[in-house]
Amino acid sequence: MSYQWNWSVFAQETVVGDGSTYAGWMLAGLKMTVTVSLCAWVLALVMGAIVGVLRTVPHKGLRGAATAYVEVLRNIPLLVQLFIWYFIIPELLPTAWGNAIKQLPPDAQQLGAAILCLGLFTSARVSEQVRAGIESLPIGQTRAALALGLTLPQAYRLVLLPMAFRLIVPPLTSEFLNIFKNSAVCSTIGLLELAAQGRQLVDYTAQPYESFIAVTLMYLLINVVVMGLMGLLERKTKVPGYMGQ
Amino acid sequence: MAYEFDWSSIPGSIPFLMEGLGVSLKITACALVVGMVWGTVLAMMRLSPVAPLRWFGTLYVNLFRSVPLVMVLLWFFLLIPQLLQQVFSLSPATDVRLTSAMVGFALFESAYYAEIIRAGIQSVPKGQLAAATALGLSRLQAMRLVILPQALRNMVPLLLTQAIVLFQDTSLVYVSALADFFGAAYKVGDRDGRLVELLLFAGAVYFVLCFALSRLVQLLQKPRVQH
Repeated sequence: MSYQWNWSVFAQETVVGDGSTYAGWMLAGLKMTVTVSLCAWVLALVMGAIVGVLRTVPHKGLRGAATAYVEVLRNIPLLVQLFIWYFIIPELLPTAWGNAIKQLPPDAQQLGAAILCLGLFTSARVSEQVRAGIESLPIGQTRAALALGLTLPQAYRLVLLPMAFRLIVPPLTSEFLNIFKNSAVCSTIGLLELAAQGRQLVDYTAQPYESFIAVTLMYLLINVVVMGLMGLLERKTKVPGYMGQ
Repeated sequence: MAYEFDWSSIPGSIPFLMEGLGVSLKITACALVVGMVWGTVLAMMRLSPVAPLRWFGTLYVNLFRSVPLVMVLLWFFLLIPQLLQQVFSLSPATDVRLTSAMVGFALFESAYYAEIIRAGIQSVPKGQLAAATALGLSRLQAMRLVILPQALRNMVPLLLTQAIVLFQDTSLVYVSALADFFGAAYKVGDRDGRLVELLLFAGAVYFVLCFALSRLVQLLQKPRVQH
């Protein structure tokens, strides 16, 4: 077993002649991973907040709908959801819409499906955290807000949500980390993110170990940066007087 | 709605799909057993007073928890077969995909199980360890006879929830072209040009199985809350 280590492979120009080096491919993959994850994260936060609130409102129908949303998204594997967004939704939409989607360039289709899928998948998990955050607040907060003349939407917007979000920063951090890792699943529909670029590098250079190590280091880097930033946020938004923060 | 559904390719392919489900369950079971055992060892390493053991446990768990499962599976699929073939001088035709998928899964999931088990061990009051040591048990005996049995009981719901996640994650062996349940459904759909129906069917089956299991976990949890 003699493996020829060759780290200079990253500085070489790619054989496909696109003027990029292999390191350039890696960075393009990193950029794609970050883009997809951040866009999906915004969607996940917005949908997660809405659904999380709906799960705690007094209206039974709304609560039921929100619970169904969460259960469906949590009990179907991410890969299956991704394939449904990418291959199936365009077929099920009205013909004109479906055709419009299929005429987009393939990478736009992949990006759209990836962001939608990851965002909604994660929103179900975020909504559980939001719900837990709201439920952890004393019921007196809602009552006091209503007694002061706020409407229920105002009570959520001005009293409950600001508190709940500050309490759930730590679990949201791990969901934020998960979204970066889950974005690797999008390589299965052909999205050229970090894991896919790593695999491409193996196919073109036959240097699997260097590629493996480089991709792993980049994921570690993402983790460290996200944990650092969220740690800062956690310290900034910490609510005095609560345990475990 | 322009799309016309045709579900007729599903009944005929049930045996093939069931075989796929068997592969999914096999991988889940293997990862579960190995993950629990190796996870317990890792958790004990992380809590060990011996520094090198603690470092190793921490490094292992943090490394596996910061890389995506797809990538781990992909690398196990690309690298391990070659390695196995070189080490055991197997013929290149031997199909080691299932084995490497199982090994990849087990190693990856043990990092997650280790964290659950560590939290479980830490949820046992310190006095238990002190009392066990005072009674003359060695640290390993105390772990095995006193701490772990209590810790495991506290962890059952979390371990089962993680098992559901694990079962869902087995669909990712798709990257190594193994025909697990999802892979089988995809193959049938691709063959008959009925991808829409087969993928929706696969999604429905996963949903029913995982939803039923998660309800079961909730039932298990209920009596615990009361005391």
